[in-house]
Order: sequence, then C-alpha cells, then structure tokens
Amino acid sequence: MTESHFLDEPGVPSPADPLGPLGPEAAAVAVTVAVPVMRAQTRWRLLLRRPTFLVGAAILLFWVVCAIFGRLFAPDNPLAQQLLLANVAPSGSHWFGTDPLGRDVLSRVIVGARDILVITPLATVLGTVLGTALGLAMGYFGGAIDLIAGRIVEAVLALPAVIIAFLFIVALGPSTTTLIIVIGLIFTPLIARTVRAAVLTERNLDYLSSARLLGEKPGRIMFSEILPNVMPAILVEFTVRLGYAVFTVATLSFLGFGIQPPTPDWGADIAANYSGLLAGYWWQTLFPALAIASLVTSVNLITDSIEQVLNA
Amino acid sequence: MSSDPSMSEAAGVPGIQITAPGPALEVSHLDIVYRVRGQDRLALRDVSFSIARGESYGLVGESGSGKSTVALALVRYLPRNGRVSAGTISINGQDPLSMGRSELRDLRMHTVSMVYQEPGRALNPSLRVGRQIAEVFQLAGASADEATQSAEDMLRKVQISDPGLVMRRYPYELSGGMAQRAVIAMALAASPSLLILDEPTTALDATVEAEVLDLVAALRQEFDTSVLFISHNLAVIAKMCDRVGVLYAGDLVEEGPARQVFDDPRHPYTVGLLRCIPRRGQRKDSDRLDTIPGFLPAPGHTLTGCVFAPRCALAQDRCRESDPPFFDVGELRTSRCFFHDQAPDLPRATPASVGTLRDHGTGGPLVVVEGLSKTFAGGVRALADVDLAINEGETLGLVGESGSGKTTLARVLLGLTGPDSGAVVTLDGKPLSPDARRRPRETLRALQIVFQNPDSALNRRHTVRSLITRPLTRLARLSGQALRDRLADLIASVRLEPRHLALRPGQLSGGLKQRVAIARAFGGRPDVVVCDEPTSALDVSVQAAILNLLADLQKAERVTYLFISHDLGLVRYLSDRIVVLYLGRVMEVGPAETVFAGPHHPYTEALFSAVPTLDGERPDRIRLQGEIPSAADPPSGCVFHTRCPRRLSTGVCESTEPPLLEGEPGHLTRCHIPLAELRIIQRNESAPSQGGSL
Repeated sequence: MTESHFLDEPGVPSPADPLGPLGPEAAAVAVTVAVPVMRAQTRWRLLLRRPTFLVGAAILLFWVVCAIFGRLFAPDNPLAQQLLLANVAPSGSHWFGTDPLGRDVLSRVIVGARDILVITPLATVLGTVLGTALGLAMGYFGGAIDLIAGRIVEAVLALPAVIIAFLFIVALGPSTTTLIIVIGLIFTPLIARTVRAAVLTERNLDYLSSARLLGEKPGRIMFSEILPNVMPAILVEFTVRLGYAVFTVATLSFLGFGIQPPTPDWGADIAANYSGLLAGYWWQTLFPALAIASLVTSVNLITDSIEQVLNA
Repeated sequence: MSSDPSMSEAAGVPGIQITAPGPALEVSHLDIVYRVRGQDRLALRDVSFSIARGESYGLVGESGSGKSTVALALVRYLPRNGRVSAGTISINGQDPLSMGRSELRDLRMHTVSMVYQEPGRALNPSLRVGRQIAEVFQLAGASADEATQSAEDMLRKVQISDPGLVMRRYPYELSGGMAQRAVIAMALAASPSLLILDEPTTALDATVEAEVLDLVAALRQEFDTSVLFISHNLAVIAKMCDRVGVLYAGDLVEEGPARQVFDDPRHPYTVGLLRCIPRRGQRKDSDRLDTIPGFLPAPGHTLTGCVFAPRCALAQDRCRESDPPFFDVGELRTSRCFFHDQAPDLPRATPASVGTLRDHGTGGPLVVVEGLSKTFAGGVRALADVDLAINEGETLGLVGESGSGKTTLARVLLGLTGPDSGAVVTLDGKPLSPDARRRPRETLRALQIVFQNPDSALNRRHTVRSLITRPLTRLARLSGQALRDRLADLIASVRLEPRHLALRPGQLSGGLKQRVAIARAFGGRPDVVVCDEPTSALDVSVQAAILNLLADLQKAERVTYLFISHDLGLVRYLSDRIVVLYLGRVMEVGPAETVFAGPHHPYTEALFSAVPTLDGERPDRIRLQGEIPSAADPPSGCVFHTRCPRRLSTGVCESTEPPLLEGEPGHLTRCHIPLAELRIIQRNESAPSQGGSL
C-alpha cells in the first residue's frame, strides 16, 4: 500500500500563523503519533487481496448468475420429462445424467439455484434487521426489557429451529414468502443475542454519557451513536447466518416443507432421489448435494475473510 | 555503588558465575526496526549507554520515544516484526543477540528480570501467588519445600506482612500495590544481575507508588542489582536513578547524572520537557506553562540531521544537515546538540506571562452539594455524606486516590449516577434532578464534562464536525449561519484547524482528540465544566498545552471548573480551592495555597509527601502503612486511622468519626487533632522546605 493512512503530519506553523502566539502551542498537541485508521476503502482492498475471499466470491457469483440467468443457458428444460431417458448416467449428452423422470440433472441444479438464492438473503436480512433492533433495545435499556426479552430469546433458542419452522409452515402453507418470514423470525433471537453482547461492551463508554448530557433521546442514542459501532459485529453475524440459512432452506425442502415440486430445488431433488443411491444412481443425489455444499462453503469463505479483515 | 562481586552472589541462588568486572549492561550503537507494511521503520537509532554494576539507570521519554523497545530488545522480546538491525548488546559480557534458545532461557532465568506496568497481567490469574514465586526457585534447582520456604522469605523481603496468606491468594485477590510487590519478589527471586523496571508504578496510587519505590530502592541496596528504570515520569526517575538517558523519537539526546540533567538540562528537548511540568510556585493566573511546538516525527522517519531540529527554537541549517555528535557537557554528561551551551536559554514557545485579568473565584456558591451519599450494589459506599460548594468562576480541585469517590462525585453532579436518597444538589439555588434524562435543556447546557479518556468519550464513528456541531444544535439551538459562525469560533478557541473537521477521532492524536472533547463540552457555553483527569492519558508536552487551553477558556468564558486529578502538581497549578477525598469522605477543604502550605490533615500531609518531585525529596517524608481499605468495609471511627501516622493514643480515632471543622477561615479538616495543634506538630517536624515541595 503506498498511500498513507495516517493523519498527515502537519508542519510547524509559520510565523504568520493566524492563531498568533498560540499557534505553536496548538501544534504541540499532536505530538503523539496518529493512530492508523482503517477506512472502508482500505478494508475493501485488504479483502480483495485474500485468496479465500476471491474463491468464495467467485463461487457465489457463479450461483447468483445461475439463479438469475439459469434458464437461458441450462442445456435442457429442467421440467421436461423424457421417460425413455430416465436414470441415464453422466455422459456427453447429459453431463450430470438424468433423474428417474428423465429430467436433466445439470439443468435442474443450475435452475435450482434460484429459489434458494432468493429466500436465504431476504430471510437473513429480515432476521438481521429485527434482531438488531431487539438486541439494541435489550443492550441499551437493560433491566426489565432485557430480562423479559432475554428469557423469550432463550426459550426460542431452546427449541430446534426446524421444529418451529414446521409449525409455521404447516399453519401458513409452504410458499417462498412463508419461508422468508419463518427463517427470518427464527434467526431474530440469535442475532439479537449477538448484537446485545456487542452493545454491552459499548454501554460503559463515555460517549453514551456524553450523548445523555446533550439530552439525546434513546432512539437516537441506539441508532445513531451505538449502531455504527456495532456494525462490524452485525456484518459478521449476517454472513454467518447466511450460510446457516442455505442449510435451513435445503433442509426444509428435503423434508418436503420448503420449495414444492416440480420446481427444481437442490434439497427437494435430493429427497426425491436419494433412494436411487441403492440402485447406483449416485449422480441424482451427488450433484445437488455438491451445489448446496459449494454455496455454503463460498458463504463461509467470505465470512471468514470479512471477519479477519475487520479484526485486522 | 558497590561492585563487589561477592555481594551479587550473596542472595544465594546459583546463577551464572560473574567474574568479569565489566558493566552489567552495555548497549552500543543499537538500531531497531519494525517492519510495517513491507517497510522497515527505524524505531531506535544509534542508541548507546551502559549501566555499571549496582547502578540505577533511568530511561525517560514520551510515548513513541522507543523506551519500551529498548527493554524488549535486551531480552529478545521484540514483537515478531521487530529486529535489531545494527549494534550490540552485552549483559554481563554475554550477547543475547547471538544466543540460542536454551542460552536465552538461561539468561532470562538467572541474569535479567523484568517488572512491567500492570502487575495484574504479569501474574498468571489461575495460579496461586505462592506457587508462581516458588516456581522460580524450583527452576533454579530447589526442592518443592525449599522453594516454598524461599518464596515466603522473598515475600517478607518485599515487606508483605503476612506472606503465608498472600501465597495462598490468587492474583485477582491482591490489590495493585500488593500484586506489584509479588511481581518484584518474583523478579528478584533469581537474584538477577540486571533488573528492568518498565513503568512499574504508573498504574499505582501515589501513596502506594511511594512505598513501592522505597522498596525498590531498598532492595537494590540489599541485592546489589543493577537497575534499568523506564518511565515517562521525570520526577520518579529523578528520585530513583543515579544516571538518566533522555530518549526522543528513538534517539538518545542527553545523558548524565539524574540530578544534574534535571537541574541543568543541556539539550533543548530536555529543557522543553521540564518546562512543560508545573513547578512549585507556578499558578495558572501568573505563569503560563511552556510547550514544545510541532510534532513527534512519524515512526520510521528519515530525517537527516538532528531528530529534534524541526521542533527546536535553536535549530540552524547545520542542525538540519548533519547529525550532531555527543558533546561532553560536564563530568559524565553528554548532549547531542550543536548548541548545547545555549540550551538553557531556549526561547519559550509560548509567552510566559498571562494577561493580568484576575477576577475569578470571587462569586458566591454556584453548585451546592449537601448530605450526598452513594452506595453501590454490594454495599460499596463510594461517597459518604459529602457537603461541598463550588463558587462561581473558581476552579475547585478534587484530589484523592483511586476509590476515593472522585469520579462518582462528578457523575452524580452531572446526573449520570443517581445518589442515595436524601442528597440535595443545587445549581444556582435551584435543585437538580438526580437523572440527566429528566433535566431540562438549560440545566444540561449549564453542566458539562471533559472525560479522562477521549477515546471513550468521542464516538469513533462520528466525524469531528458532527461531534462538535451536535451540542451547538442540541444545547445552544443554533442553525444556519449562526451555527457555522459559532462552529468556526469554537474550533479556533480550542486551536483546532478547519481541516480536522472532516476526520474521525481515530485519525487524530491524543491531544487533538482531547481538544475535540473540550470543544464539545464548551459548545453550549456551560457555566460549570467538570474536568475528570483530562490530561492523565496524555504526554507531558501535550498536557501542558491542554492545561494552558483550559486556563485560557476559563478566562474567556468565565466558566467554573471542578478539576479532578490524582496529580497534585496539576491541581496546585490550576485550582483556587482544593477538596481532599479519602474513602468517599471529605477530609480537608480549603484555599489551594493554604491547603498546600499547611497545616494539613494527616492524610493530605502523607499524600503530598508521597509524590516524588523534580525539586528534590522532602526530608520529612511521611510513610503510610498498608493499603487503602475497601469502601465496602470502611474502618470504624475515622476512616483514615488504619494508616494514619498521627493517630491519637486515646483510642478516639478508632471509635469516633471526627466532624469536618473549620480551623481557620475557609479551611476545614476532618480530624480529631485541631488545626492549631497540627500546625505545631507539622512545623516542629519539618525542614524549612515545608509546604513547598511541588
């Protein structure tokens, strides 16, 4: 890095300093060496220099392209059944083989990226926004609010997430919107807990006392004073949850509570075809499973890089 | 200094046999670089010094001078990115730089010991203290029982009265002073020939510091150990060291016998540094502190010529073109300055005199506190029945050691901490709500604070502009042109520059950050500003500029200060009246000069005499016994009786708490001994320097 991120060391004020005789004295104040400050720009550049981040981002980008344009470049129609070509092993004409209904596995994997890549970020954003608001309130107000909300959070965390999701999906009926809301709500207490912990470390700092002495209202103190300082923690939490969200969506689809057939979906396709493993039709399960694994891995690679750059 | 080799062996633990009569430490032409972002940055440049056997050598310098780097390099503890790029080190004739792993272990085990600033972090929190000290003896070959016995003896040597009890404790169960004694015991356990003390008392209270310094001085005699004493505190170095080296930006600029260097400095940097410190007799309304203009060069600077030249009023072209050599400036004294003979007459960076306007401190009571107590959860009584008044336009100095309740008192005044019921706090005769959130805007405006640590007090995500603008819009209700004008005035009055407005606190130095915090406090034109140790996180030369600024602002804005500090020199310089707190009780109140001149409360007397000064040690030092008691379980009667050197034999001190009585006009003490009697006792015992030690 060639450019300096230190405050440029100012020179000694000239004799014609407009501050008059007090000029040099003012200058004496900056004797301590300026602390290096990481700007957002610097962080980006550090991120782009990390191979793990680049690999993760490349994989994620690939799936995003598949999700948006998949139908345009998928070799076949993922819904077209060709019963005469059922259970064909990978070959030149069907790279990933076909499923028991003769549908092209490669096309289903490519197009299957769409729903999962719509649901997971939206659900995670929802959970992060709600969790952040709740965590800020718990951390800042403390006392009864923290106590009551804290017990509710613990109660929710004590139940397996998938069970809670079942309850809601059975009640509301499976749809993309339901999945987003349900997963978002499941993540809310998890994120709230992390944000609360981050707020507690800020709460003893004098800038909050200083804000109170200016008569600032709690809303402004939480969102304008504290929030920017806990943003790094929230960002890391967001990317961690994104990885989990991929798993949750795939799990729900696998169990039949997520995306419904015949829409191509990795989890649902594994569920539909894993019995074929015994018959040797491994490609019907392996490729959707690899797709899930690669997406989760890419998100985790990105998460790790972000975390390390933020901590640097 | 004795250099008898038989004495250094006297402590018994088999170390490395020393036969060579050479110096204990010899550092010559040492360069150290830190590799930062692929570039080598020079942190220490051509530093040479030596420490004779049994000698105590002080390294003094501000932050960034490289003094801790020296200490780390001696035992090869430099961080991964640091290395010695030139020069040699010789400890007892051995070269740590060329040592292998096991030799280095031997060196650290037997020859050199280090004591760091924070005793709490030097001890392993999960091991009992006794085991940690005994370990040192075991490593030296003693059996477990012998080691335990030796550890106990060692603790007794560092004046711990009940070593058995302390040995069974975990580090967190010890007070700071006690823990530092345990660390010193550990350091001396191997009877090292060189003891490195890196800011050993900076984290301790004044009375505890005094005891630890006495202890180090006594043990040095007993063990005949050479000492490298590193500190930013010139007075501590003056008290503890035979010779001193002054470091500036990685260069050793002056060296010589400590007393001579501080009494008659011969390098412009040393001269400037000494002028930054308020001395006896200086007051804010008569003498301005001098400052050092300019900035410390960035680490890894590539200046040609004298490193201090850019900030030096004596600098000529010659200084900028060639490196000054060491000039002999007296017996055993050197100065790295071409113009060392002119250094004592260094022109001042700030005018010495202040305008003669002196009409403050004359108003009536502005803030009145009555019956103020504060009990925290767990029964910790931080404040007990405090009554005090702050007069309009004055500076009330609040003095006390940690746990005395200074900060709690400030927070209660500001409404950040609620007092126990029954307390009355009024501002200008009107009662104040105990909760800042319920105080009207006008009250919030009137009472503001400058916190100790600007890193904590300034929101690091906000720009300087938004930090300073907020009080103007919130408290002063300014907008548009009026806001812009006031902002420009305000930053000029705290000597910030407009270009600073776009920066965030992390991009500013400590002094500039504190200026932003001061601007924030003054934004709403307050009537009372609480200054809670506003300079304790700053370097000496920066501190002087901030103190001058506070004095200027008081004159310009006619503001009243509650100035909290543990530094008696600062309090004396700035305050009109002084309040002394001990364990949440007011022990003494009075006009600053009266309190300093005496007669004073025995605690105040002890506090004053504990603080090392550059003007020489008082011959009548009072030594306090023991630790500051816990506020959760204060002693009966007079809370100071457990440590009081003047405790009465009648038992009244143990049984009855004395009232705060006015012994002379405006001067109150909380003591069973009347002020008149204290005057006689203190006058009889003291030398002529009485009352003038700061």
